[in-house]
Amino acid sequence: MLRFTFRRLLQIIPVLWIIITATFFMIRFVPGGPFTAEKAVTPEILRNLEAHYGLDKPLYRQYFDYMGSLLRGDLGPSFKYPNRTVNEIIGDKLPTSLELGFISLAVALVLGITLGTLAAVKRNTWLDYVCSSSAMIGICVPTFVLGPLFVLTFAIHFQWLNASGWYGPSDRILPCLTLGCVYAANIARLTRGGMLEVLNQDYIRTARAKGAGELRVVFKHAMRGGLLPVISFLGPGIAGILTGSFVIETIFQIPGLGREFVNSAFNRDYTLVLGTVILYATLIVVLNLVVDIVQIWLNPKLKFE
Amino acid sequence: MVSLSPSPDRIPSPAVTPEQIETGHSLWHDAWSRLRKNKLAVFGGVTLVVLGLLCGIGPFFTQSYQTQNLDLGATPPSAAHWLGTDTLGRDLFSRILFGGRISILVGLVATFVALAIGVTYGAVSGFFGGKLDAFMMRIVDIMYALPFTIFVILLMVFFGRNIFLLFFAIGAVEWLTMARIVRGQIMTIKKMEYIEAARALGLGKRRIIFRHMIPNILGPIIVYTTLTIPAVMLLEAFLSFLGLGVQPPMSSWGVLIKDGAEKMEEFWWLLVFPGGVFSLTLFSLNFLGDGLRDALDVRSSKD
Repeated sequence: MLRFTFRRLLQIIPVLWIIITATFFMIRFVPGGPFTAEKAVTPEILRNLEAHYGLDKPLYRQYFDYMGSLLRGDLGPSFKYPNRTVNEIIGDKLPTSLELGFISLAVALVLGITLGTLAAVKRNTWLDYVCSSSAMIGICVPTFVLGPLFVLTFAIHFQWLNASGWYGPSDRILPCLTLGCVYAANIARLTRGGMLEVLNQDYIRTARAKGAGELRVVFKHAMRGGLLPVISFLGPGIAGILTGSFVIETIFQIPGLGREFVNSAFNRDYTLVLGTVILYATLIVVLNLVVDIVQIWLNPKLKFE
Repeated sequence: MVSLSPSPDRIPSPAVTPEQIETGHSLWHDAWSRLRKNKLAVFGGVTLVVLGLLCGIGPFFTQSYQTQNLDLGATPPSAAHWLGTDTLGRDLFSRILFGGRISILVGLVATFVALAIGVTYGAVSGFFGGKLDAFMMRIVDIMYALPFTIFVILLMVFFGRNIFLLFFAIGAVEWLTMARIVRGQIMTIKKMEYIEAARALGLGKRRIIFRHMIPNILGPIIVYTTLTIPAVMLLEAFLSFLGLGVQPPMSSWGVLIKDGAEKMEEFWWLLVFPGGVFSLTLFSLNFLGDGLRDALDVRSSKD
């Protein structure tokens, strides 16, 4: 177990290095620099700006400079926000995005596992059909349709909630519900499938024969095995929630890192784009590793595959 | 695995003449009759055909999607404009049909790119096995962990929002699952006698893979292609919604949804109809894919 964890941790390093290097050079090779959009920049000022940010040095020097400061945890200055560093901007915006992501994930897990388990236990009853078909609808209505529809219904028509913003706790409801719903639908389907498979197995019959109550059978005995597919979905699920937040933050005008990333890409703010990509990539790669380890911990059979 | 023998309930009744028994039911025939019994899959298939026809030939009969009528402005659904008009007075119904052409085109072409990469990669990896296979699958594992959506966004931002780039960027992201599935299938049929026979006849490796192996794993390939199309269309719409996908004057369902979301406060139909048509398409594709999976019996366990 420890060896496996250690080996996978070592693998992360080349993966991250490839991501950083690829993104760094991709951004540098595109036409147009960060200052081309600004009007009336005289050549002298442009030269000064480039010298200030080290853009006049040869590319390989810039690369090594960047990697060097990255190792010290410094993501450099932003090109578009004068006098602000990328670290500051990320520190400012990331908590909002993380909050959005965590609440959405919680919504997805609670809603998805509940619906999926209900559907599996009450298999082929109307309850199952309601749960399964709402899961299918959830998968097919994308966040960027569902979000505006929620706003239209609950904010504009009924006026119960604000259409946008991120101030009070009630402002969390619509964005987190929108982002969570799609993944809740996926989780519900996986839970149903997993639970059905487990509920037919001998050890469940044994548990029932020994007089364990239905609730105990479902929660104590069946769930452990039945939720394995859900755990393996968490890796792609978390990545999806992180990228999904780009759209959610745009729809609900939430001042998070997702919106900042899309804007910085449009503005060619090199350092901010690089910093955000590195951060997201690290988050996704590390969380995937955690999911893998949890999966093997729960299901030792996987170790031998 | 695919069952080659007809199931007992399909053995013809005694009234049938011997010749007919000998013709039997092919795998595809079997699958087709199973698919027809699946109501949701049939619904999905019929909806897709209707939508495809509407988007394909409909625009020849409707008003041009570009015809502006600024005096008219945005109007709710009416007899003249079934789904209403947008703020520039353009007929929403024709705009949805034209947008659908682009969305469906992106869906098909990008899926084809993913299919070509995934099948070749998976087949090579599974066929040769050993160290090469371990190496190639390791790459797939690593790529699974990468934040590809972010890379597609970067590509679209920095290299211009060109529709051909869109095809390849999306195709290059969506091939991983296909590669895994094809590899698994190739591994299982690699040891079968007819492949041995092909080898014994001295056929080249490429010929064995593409002429003898791939036709025999068409079932899973078709199923996952059907399930890849909605994923691809979703990614296209996602990018278009962020303003990074299809660019004006072209439009796609993602672009229409983006426009609708901006104006929904006053003109709800601009959001509801494109969003509805898009969701209906994804719905149909998913149901058809699931139905095909059951009909072709791709997964061994069925609930």
